[in-house]
Amino acid sequence: MTDFLQLSFAGLALGALYALVALGFVIIYKATGVINFAQGGLVLLGGYLTYNVHHTWGVPFYLSIPVAMILCGMVGAAVERVVLRRMVGQPVFAVIMVTIGLLFVIEQVVTGTWGFNRLNMGDPWGIKKFTVGDVQLSVVNLWTIMLAALVMAGFFLFFRYSRLGVAMRATAFDQEAAIANGISARRVFALSWAIAGAVATLAGVMLASGGSGLSPEIEFVALLAFPAIILGGLDSPAGAVLGGVIIGLTQTLTAGYQPRYADWLGNGFSSVMPYVVMIVILLIRPYGLFGTKEVRRV
Amino acid sequence: MTSPAPETQAILAVHGLEVVYSDVILVLRGVSLDVPRGAIVALLGANGAGKTTLLRAITGLLRVHRGAITKGTVQFDGSSITGLDPAAVVRKGMSQVMEGRRVFAELTVDENLKAGGFTRRDKAELRDSYDRVMTLFPKLQDRHKQTAGYLSGGEQQMLAIGRALMQSPRLLLLDEPSLGLAPLIVEQIREIVVDINSQGTSVLLVEQNATMALSIADYGYVMENGRVVKDGPGQELLNDKDIQEFYLGVGEAGRKSFRDVKTYRRRKRWSA
Ligand SMILES: Nc1ncnc2c1ncn2[C@@H]1O[C@H](COP(=O)(O)OP(=O)(O)O)[C@@H](O)[C@H]1O
Ligand SMILES: [Mg+2]
Repeated sequence: MTDFLQLSFAGLALGALYALVALGFVIIYKATGVINFAQGGLVLLGGYLTYNVHHTWGVPFYLSIPVAMILCGMVGAAVERVVLRRMVGQPVFAVIMVTIGLLFVIEQVVTGTWGFNRLNMGDPWGIKKFTVGDVQLSVVNLWTIMLAALVMAGFFLFFRYSRLGVAMRATAFDQEAAIANGISARRVFALSWAIAGAVATLAGVMLASGGSGLSPEIEFVALLAFPAIILGGLDSPAGAVLGGVIIGLTQTLTAGYQPRYADWLGNGFSSVMPYVVMIVILLIRPYGLFGTKEVRRV
Repeated sequence: MTSPAPETQAILAVHGLEVVYSDVILVLRGVSLDVPRGAIVALLGANGAGKTTLLRAITGLLRVHRGAITKGTVQFDGSSITGLDPAAVVRKGMSQVMEGRRVFAELTVDENLKAGGFTRRDKAELRDSYDRVMTLFPKLQDRHKQTAGYLSGGEQQMLAIGRALMQSPRLLLLDEPSLGLAPLIVEQIREIVVDINSQGTSVLLVEQNATMALSIADYGYVMENGRVVKDGPGQELLNDKDIQEFYLGVGEAGRKSFRDVKTYRRRKRWSA
């Protein structure tokens, strides 16, 4: 039981990370229709920007996160403005290739600037643990879960109540009708990339904290967030969160129990398991748990 | 400015407008039209005549459809708005209700109205517009928290109109608001248009339902093939033999197929 609780907690934290990555992805997809393969790149960039703000500029760690979120958000908006806006109306495949190209560019910039070595994020959490009963939980996981929950609450409030959030949903639903009502689609597009950049930063920081260290590898989180996105439904923020949690739990519990009960499946099966779950769920619900086939009325 | 005195000046003046889609498809071939301040002007025409295209050209939506104005001007309230982007047009005081209603079906009624008021920041003014919409459409009041997709067609049309009214327009463009609605609802829409107009908003009403439109219009235009082929005061058009035959289905041709009458008549009279 102790094992189970410990694993579940870690799984929830991992799921929260996936959810953050997935949210950025879903926001862009929903608002602009672009499948953004560069989301992992934004995670990477966000992590390194935080490192830079904290270590090089000497900004306190907790403050360096929001600063880096803003910076990475600006990079996201700039990418939309300079690159993606020119791709409006181009074939989906071409747009996908452009985002893959962007991923390589970001990777190059990051490794060119900060190198390949594992860097110490400088977070105050390290490998600290706290105990509840006889369950040992890591501090960084608790923070990850709390910050992700905060972001999700923020998302909810923003999209439900703010003028810009409602305008974004309107634009996602019917771009032309939104434009006809005076909503600036360009602003909505840029904003969606900015938001994606900001949440990616948070994911990057949390990935590199807690003793894991900052390295270019963190961008691969996006590969594992992908099943979460598909699982939840490409166009559903709530789905992104639920999908993230399911995948995170699946992965951690598999990693914890599979060597004991099904060792023959081999090492690293836990990173395959999310894809297995994804395939099974898609067989039952082809548009994901919350995804919509064709939302438009009648 | 050298324009005439404000009272006599048209709120919307379209002059010699030519529009092409995708650089090659010429759809408007020199359309001119005026909406006098405070008036209801009807724009009639069969499917494909170019009515929606004209509205797109006026409101800046052509770009979305790979269309462009190649000739002519659009003046709103005495200043040129030719080629302005849609948000700027809305800010200047012209709003539109698009063909097919196009409500944000996933959003609630209130959220639709909120999205409609996007260009305005003053909370008190927005509140006033919201109250005005709710007074005008009590049915929306009852369902203000409901998802718009679950409203009936008539209610959706009212929501689409309400959404435009959130911009507090001085000129409202309506593209076939009666399309696909039951006669009783069409009658309601008609009364609403009159109400809106009497509250000081000029109206350009695009319709295929000529009886409805002309019964409330001060002036009307008829379009065919990207041109204005006829215009005159509402009553005059309503009594016009051609109009009666083409759009009201009465007269010597009786209840013949709409298309037959139309093509025959069009050749005979208007395209000579
Ligand atoms: N985006 C477009 N590209 C090319 N042709 C178009 C486009 N939209 C409309 N048309 C054509 O322009 C003509 C006028 O259409 P429209 O303005 O929708 O007429 P109406 O509103 O009077 O039915 C039609 O022949 C239509 O096929
Ligand atoms: Mg039309």
